[in-house]
Amino acid sequence: MERKSNKKPIIELRNVKRDFVVGDEVVHALRGVSFSIYEGEFVTIMGTSGSGKSTLLNALGCLDTPTSGEYYLDGVEVRTMNKNERAILRNRKIGFVFQNYNLLAKTTSVENVELPLMYNSSISAEERHERAVKALMAVGLGERLNHKSNQMSGGQQQRVAIARALVNDPVIILADEATGNLDSRTSFEILVLFQELHAKGRTIIFVTHNPELSQYSSRNIRLRDGQVVEDTINEHISSAKEALDALPPVKD
Amino acid sequence: MNVSNLLKIALRAINNNKLRSFLTMLGIIIGVGSVIAMLAIGQGSKKSIQEQISEMGSNMIMVHPGNNERMGGGVRMNSSEMQTLKNADYEAIVSKCTRYLSAVSPMVSSSGQMIYGNNNYPTSVTGVSQDYLEIRKLTVEKGDVFTDQDIASSAKVCVIGKTIVDNLFTNQEDPIGKVVRFGKVPFTVVGVLAAKGYNSMGQDQDAVVLAPYTTIQKRVSNVTYLGSIYASAKEESQTSKAIDEISEVLRENHKIKDGADDDFSVRSQEELSSMMTSTTDMMTILLACIAGISLLVGGIGIMNIMYVSVTERTREIGLRMSVGARGVDILAQFLIEAILISVTGGLIGVVLGVGASYALTTILGWPVYIQPYSVLLSFLVCTLTGVFFGWYPAKRASEMDPIEAIRYE
Ligand SMILES: Nc1ncnc2c1ncn2[C@@H]1O[C@H](COP(=O)(O)OP(=O)(O)OP(=O)(O)O)[C@@H](O)[C@H]1O
Ligand SMILES: [Mg+2]
Repeated sequence: MERKSNKKPIIELRNVKRDFVVGDEVVHALRGVSFSIYEGEFVTIMGTSGSGKSTLLNALGCLDTPTSGEYYLDGVEVRTMNKNERAILRNRKIGFVFQNYNLLAKTTSVENVELPLMYNSSISAEERHERAVKALMAVGLGERLNHKSNQMSGGQQQRVAIARALVNDPVIILADEATGNLDSRTSFEILVLFQELHAKGRTIIFVTHNPELSQYSSRNIRLRDGQVVEDTINEHISSAKEALDALPPVKD
Repeated sequence: MNVSNLLKIALRAINNNKLRSFLTMLGIIIGVGSVIAMLAIGQGSKKSIQEQISEMGSNMIMVHPGNNERMGGGVRMNSSEMQTLKNADYEAIVSKCTRYLSAVSPMVSSSGQMIYGNNNYPTSVTGVSQDYLEIRKLTVEKGDVFTDQDIASSAKVCVIGKTIVDNLFTNQEDPIGKVVRFGKVPFTVVGVLAAKGYNSMGQDQDAVVLAPYTTIQKRVSNVTYLGSIYASAKEESQTSKAIDEISEVLRENHKIKDGADDDFSVRSQEELSSMMTSTTDMMTILLACIAGISLLVGGIGIMNIMYVSVTERTREIGLRMSVGARGVDILAQFLIEAILISVTGGLIGVVLGVGASYALTTILGWPVYIQPYSVLLSFLVCTLTGVFFGWYPAKRASEMDPIEAIRYE
């Protein structure tokens, strides 16, 4: 696949494999995955259940180490890093969004969003707060700074989680089934948010098993049995905002 | 990750689980509180015994007949062993042991009724020399002590304490010059002792009658031996030298061969004090052990709750790791949480323990004494308890796999 050379590669995978040993059996979750993702791309990774999407995302997010293959994140070789180095790398370069939000219970939005910065001692308390507030405004929760996680709807909680993924100004945002727990209207709202972030130049990888969502991103990668079976550029990105407006109005 | 962030995180976690944190603390509170109260009770009774003994006399040395070490405490001696101290022994000590001793007095006593007019009072008369007053820190308030002449002539004179005065001379008479009877023997009162009040064991220190020892030996008991010999060392540091010297003089006097057992025993006040406090030391240790066990139980409580907390918060741990917490950050977080709980519990325990100790003194009148080191010690112990019992759960948390932790249901 040809790319414009002025785009900087954020992720470079070369023949990445991941085997799990379960009892006597070896599960080949990833069987040699290679691709590069460039700055500013909005990539959806799709595939059936068990195709290896989460395994791939964990490897990309430096939570897991591939069994073999090369992985460069923002030009840094990840595979040879130890646990602590990967933790610091996650802290500085990656933003995670999970299916079940994973907010701290009984904790305010601001404190939840501050969390990644708590593990970065070069950031002062004031700057931390400032950046958390800014991130919450960016996801449209400027009014809900001091709401506790259990006082908010699923969609709002996922926005807090996205703000948390933004707060450390990561080189890439990784979302695993980020809309999986939400109804279709709220899903579209979140999708609109991702498109806005994309428009601002963020690099996003969005894992989903809903094939309909592929039209809203700039690139689609399809996995099957741990291998990339399709990798296409989407030249005609649909607007999630329009899709949201077209949804039938909520009836009470 | 810096310490203030870690503290903040741990405080938030404790704050999110106030009731559980408090219940966890309870074990530590009770543990530390009881350690402090128990030590205060033990130290208090030890101190009161020491005070009693030191108010008995100054740098006192006591010589008793018979060999205490051989006999063992509490075993009755036969009468010949009770009679090994003679006046000659006293005189030898007075003439030869001048280097370390400031005062020496023989002592022989007899008990019976003191009678004056229609009043009588059961007491004992103690036969001594004038030095006895110095040894026992007694002073004559009115009249005088008997003289050397009185001792030489076995004069029937006596010095009496305040309680005797109050019980015999009921119509405010001046006791000086009056004749009281002890059994059938008449004694002329020559002096009245200054009141000393009760000692801390509750004994009346003013129920005393002092007479020349020769008078008791010849006119009252008709004996030639002494009950004991009391002496004062010039300096507290010289007591052991003085004891050695007295022993040497007595062995020589009694013609005891080298290697043979003494037929007398010489003890200092400190020895007596340490003997008597050894039981309270035992009691203190016992009480502290019991309290220590409750501290241990409190510590196990912390460990238990920390384990539950780690399991319950598996997802949170996974999340923290995914946003960049290293293993040490997670370890530190849970460890600090355990320490905060145990230290807060410890502080409350210190306050409660000190409060309980004072309550015991004011309500029950028990002698308590809080040594600063016992507070410091139990505080240190509870912090260490927090570290020790918090360590394993925290370690377990820090070693979790972030992917599995975040998927944990
Ligand atoms: N920790 C593990 N131990 C053993 N096998 C694993 C482990 N994690 C994943 N697998 C296996 O690897 C394969 C890929 O799993 P993965 O979770 O990546 O799928 P997925 O595409 O995310 O599926 P879904 O859409 O259901 O989330 C599966 O066969 C799974 O059983
Ligand atoms: Mg998955």
